[in-house]
Amino acid sequence: MLTILKIFSLIGLLLTIVPAFLVFSGTIIIESHYTLMLIGTVVWFLSAPFWMLRKKAN
Amino acid sequence: MAEGKTLTERLDALYEFDRAPVTESKLHGPAKFMGLYAGEHVAGTEFIIGPLFVTHGVTATDMFLGLFLGNLLAVLSWAFVCAPIAVNTRLNMYWQARKIAGPGVTFVYNIVNALMFCFLAGSMISVAATAIGLPFGMQMPTLQDMYPNSVQWVVVVFLVGSVVTVLAILGFEKISEFGQIAAPWMFLVFVAAAIAVLPMLGVHSLGDFWTAANEKIWTGVPISGQSKFTIWHVMFFAWFANLAMHLGMADMSILRYAKKWQYGFFSAFGMYLGHYIAWLASGILCAAALGNIAPGPIAYLGAGVAGAICVVIAGWTTSNPTIYRAGLALQTVTPDWSRWKVTLAVGVITTIAAMFPALMMKLLDFVALYGLLLMPMGAVIFADFWLLPRLGLQRNFAEAKRLLFSWPAGLAWLVTLALAFDIPLQIYFKSLPGWFIAVIVFIIATYVEQNIWQKQQAPKLKKRPKSVEIIAWSFIALSIIRLTAFLVIFVYNHTYLSRSLYFIIGITVLLFQIILGVLLLLGQNWSRIVLLWLMPISLAFVLFTSNIKIIAIPDIIWTIIFADYFTRSAAVTYFKSRN
Repeated sequence: MLTILKIFSLIGLLLTIVPAFLVFSGTIIIESHYTLMLIGTVVWFLSAPFWMLRKKAN
Repeated sequence: MAEGKTLTERLDALYEFDRAPVTESKLHGPAKFMGLYAGEHVAGTEFIIGPLFVTHGVTATDMFLGLFLGNLLAVLSWAFVCAPIAVNTRLNMYWQARKIAGPGVTFVYNIVNALMFCFLAGSMISVAATAIGLPFGMQMPTLQDMYPNSVQWVVVVFLVGSVVTVLAILGFEKISEFGQIAAPWMFLVFVAAAIAVLPMLGVHSLGDFWTAANEKIWTGVPISGQSKFTIWHVMFFAWFANLAMHLGMADMSILRYAKKWQYGFFSAFGMYLGHYIAWLASGILCAAALGNIAPGPIAYLGAGVAGAICVVIAGWTTSNPTIYRAGLALQTVTPDWSRWKVTLAVGVITTIAAMFPALMMKLLDFVALYGLLLMPMGAVIFADFWLLPRLGLQRNFAEAKRLLFSWPAGLAWLVTLALAFDIPLQIYFKSLPGWFIAVIVFIIATYVEQNIWQKQQAPKLKKRPKSVEIIAWSFIALSIIRLTAFLVIFVYNHTYLSRSLYFIIGITVLLFQIILGVLLLLGQNWSRIVLLWLMPISLAFVLFTSNIKIIAIPDIIWTIIFADYFTRSAAVTYFKSRN
């Protein structure tokens, strides 16, 4: 379960950073980047606390 | 004195859990410090510092090189100044300063620190308010706005300040945890936002970047009303942005958990991610927003709603523990108030401060002032730890003598600030000479304090032994007898020397001996040393110049007794303690 959550967190971070490079290369427009970043943000905050806080507690 | 005790107890209670040095089992490895520094230095204020450099007309070369060197100096300050003392003592800054200066000085330090925390948290609330106001079409404060620029601004700041204060009252641990979770995402938002706006600045490949950096971002031309910044400004600001933490020693509370002092180098993760990449990124965002420096709009431009959320979270997660800590520090002044009341008071002060955009727009000056105000105590800790033992002075004097207030640290603090404010340099540069002033003043004042203390304590510690009294009086009496003997020899002319020479030498030596005897009674060590040399010489003089050798017998006995007693450790200790 933790591994799945970590994978989701990674996807969240990738959605945060990768679209910016796609805007830079002209692949997507900046509005799409905004949307993808927001999705990445939601995914990160819904997944990261579960494994990060657990790691801290341990 | 009762008030003093109460004060001491109140202060100590705040840091009760940190009183003992950190034990071996609680030490952390490198990963902890990498994460801690990386998380702590990517904060809400990074959104405003980068743009302020742009408005001050920094050139691209000055920005990249100045930040690199300044951050390097900051890392070296952590590694070579703060970390070795933290690892050696395993104490936090409060307890170390308390040992040196006494709780009276640390009390004042706490108050100043708390007020600075209030203003720092205020600037973070201002930063967050620029994002909250976005959907309401709030008029953003500009660089020239020193006072609240609209009713909307006041209302939004009030709302943000209220939420932050209420959460701080409820406890800051959960929010602190939330801040740690947000840290990696927050850093990526900074980077992503900057990369996404590069095409707006005409950058479509890496090769375009340097041209755009020079012509559109860090142009070297300050905005009207802003002073021109050089590489020195950038370098010194980067070095001293966390002055209170490294040379000011506040990060002893973190680094005392390090297994080795070399862990101080891990501050590089905070400096080069937060104070290098994040400052460059927010500078790029400012240029893309055509010089707009309000954090909310520039983050929105680069990252949309996620950017605005990032500004709110960055401002919120950093202002929250800051308010909590300020409340904690101020609780020493208001012992009868419960924690929530103090935190509420701090929240009110902070929110009112945040309503003035000047705090955010003049953040560079405020950060420099913050460091300057708190730095002298770090210089005192440095001097006490490394220099005092080498100068033969006692370390941790307040602790050793149980002083409530050891004045050298307080004096060093005041003199440093008075002189630093007088030095004709901009605020960003004052801390460097200030650090040396603090060290020098503290050493001189400590020398004076410890000497005065020794002299004041000596009579109490070392009362004149009865034997010294008897021997000194006997010595005076015998000197008078010898003077009489001398006169007998003189009258009967039993000498090999001429009468006038014999008279002059004899009278001078004997009168001098009587004076020295009186000085012995007064405990003057130099009179003891002079007499130890003079008595045998005087005896030799009598033996070689007098025909009546028998008259020298009492002198021989007396000289032996004197030499024996006044070279004993008890007598030596007494005389040395009086000087």
